[in-house]
Amino acid sequence: MGLVVGTFSMQTKQVNYRKDKVDDDLEMSMVCHRPEGLGQLEALTNFNKRELQVLYRGFKNECPSGVVNEDTFKQIYSQFFPHGDASPYAHYLFNAFDTEHSGSIKFEDFVTALSILLRGSVREKLQWTFNLYDINHDGYINKEEMTDIVRAIYDMMGKYTYPALKNDSHKQHVEAFFRKMDKNRDGVVTLDEFILSCQEDENIMRSLQLFENVI
Amino acid sequence: MAGVAAWLPFARAAAIGWMPVANLPMPVAPNQKNKRQDELIILNVSGRRFQTWRNTLDRYPDTLLGSSEKEFFYNEETHEYFFDRDSEMFRSVLNFYRTGKLHYPRSECISAYDEELAFFGIIPEIIGDCCYEEYKDRKRENAERLQDDLEDNKDKKPPNMTCRETMWRAFENPHTSTMALVFYYVTGFFIAISVITNVVETVPCGTSTHQKEVPCGERYTVAFFCMDTACVMIFTVEYLMRLFAAPSRYRFMRSVMSIIDVVAILPYYIGLVMTDNEDVSGAFVTLRVFRVFRIFKFSRHSQGLRILGYTLKSCASELGFLLFSLTMAIIIFATVMFYAEKGSSSSKFTSIPASFWYTIVTMTTLGKGMTNPKNKSTNDHSLCSLSSNTPTCIDMNLININIQRIYVTAVSGGLQIVPASC
Repeated sequence: MGLVVGTFSMQTKQVNYRKDKVDDDLEMSMVCHRPEGLGQLEALTNFNKRELQVLYRGFKNECPSGVVNEDTFKQIYSQFFPHGDASPYAHYLFNAFDTEHSGSIKFEDFVTALSILLRGSVREKLQWTFNLYDINHDGYINKEEMTDIVRAIYDMMGKYTYPALKNDSHKQHVEAFFRKMDKNRDGVVTLDEFILSCQEDENIMRSLQLFENVI
Repeated sequence: MAGVAAWLPFARAAAIGWMPVANLPMPVAPNQKNKRQDELIILNVSGRRFQTWRNTLDRYPDTLLGSSEKEFFYNEETHEYFFDRDSEMFRSVLNFYRTGKLHYPRSECISAYDEELAFFGIIPEIIGDCCYEEYKDRKRENAERLQDDLEDNKDKKPPNMTCRETMWRAFENPHTSTMALVFYYVTGFFIAISVITNVVETVPCGTSTHQKEVPCGERYTVAFFCMDTACVMIFTVEYLMRLFAAPSRYRFMRSVMSIIDVVAILPYYIGLVMTDNEDVSGAFVTLRVFRVFRIFKFSRHSQGLRILGYTLKSCASELGFLLFSLTMAIIIFATVMFYAEKGSSSSKFTSIPASFWYTIVTMTTLGKGMTNPKNKSTNDHSLCSLSSNTPTCIDMNLININIQRIYVTAVSGGLQIVPASC
């Protein structure tokens, strides 16, 4: 009995050693990125120096290496929405922030996007939103893309919404959206249709104003 | 993650995503009226100045530094907050605000650290995973040490202890009363007597030159029988008393020490029951071997023995591996020796099990040389003896290290080695 136990215990000790080695390899390949100078960023965006400093400190705290990868992004975003599953929506957000499709967001990308969302013109904000919805970046929003987005938003809200959502409410939601946005009824929404329809809608315009004083 | 609060603007900005989809206008975000510009705070801890952003401290509003409680420590003249506490330990407190993780500095005393945490209003349960094990271990050791001190200082027994509980205490800790001490020494004495009797029984006693020498046991049968009876009676009485006093009789009966007690006295009773029946006398003789187990009763009297037993138990896997590797090597070499010697007609290696003896003797470096290989298979012979030394040395070393570690911990009071009783 002791023989069997002895052999097996020696085996398990080996496995742990192998796992540590793999982790070490991963560590070495992480990249550290430093952003452009403060002055350049100030010129590129609509923030002043002080705001950029505050933003960068928060950014660096969560991502000491200077870049955010998708998992960290999802983790951070999920902290704000504990009731539901924020990962699908965070995934689309990540793709919208990561304009170069490099798989990671640098501080410049982050601050550029924030500058548009918080300090940009109405047209710029709507354009950014259109890019968010257009998952495959072909210039059109079709029903599948919209369904994915709406379902992601529903997942993020979780089960505890008021009023409570039914199982297929997102389909109706997508239908309503297309009825409003798709002017020529060709089944897809282009950028111009989107901007035009949003400008006609008072609620949307009012909501856009709220983003002015977030920071 | 404490720094997530800094990402709040980002989270709010991302809300633009569901705005066109929403049916109603968005609610207005709560506007922080008293939003100050971020400023540096100076924290003077026993002369050592720490500086941090006010927002960093505000992350945890239910601690001293995060709430308005710190205003009590504000020094108007120097515009800083002064705390008359340990500056070394304040480092981990401040790092908690910065990183969101509370670490336990291993070089600090556990009770001092607890005091600091209590002062700054931080609950120890949020210590990060990296340091939590260490913290819990140290806390447990400290609690045990305190409890030991308490028990040592207890001279009087607590009132209202039943007779049974008194007896159990006396058994477990001989220093509680003189009776217990007497009992302890008497049992120890009788164990020694019993073991010596067993040994002396087999010594050939000098007789007259005509008869051949007989062991003392057969010469003075009555005397030895009386001695044996006395010892067994004492042991039986002791066992029954322990059984009576044990808080949980079932657990007591299952414990190692009680099994040793039973095995020590059982042969005598079996011998009483079985008379001089020829058939079973062989078995009876074997039973007398079990009387040697009485020597293990000494482990109640010696902490060192208990530590040895505990060490062997904790090294069980290493010992098991040693045994396994030796067995493997024995089989391999015995097989090779057998087949190598098969050709030679006068070889003593008639079968593989027969060559086991030679292999074992060589591998454990006894080298009795009773069976010598006739064939010039010296390579295998030397390989066999060389290969056995290494695993034995390694494992003996391991056991040695373990014994030292456990002994040191036991002696310093950190480990409670008690006999395996309830």
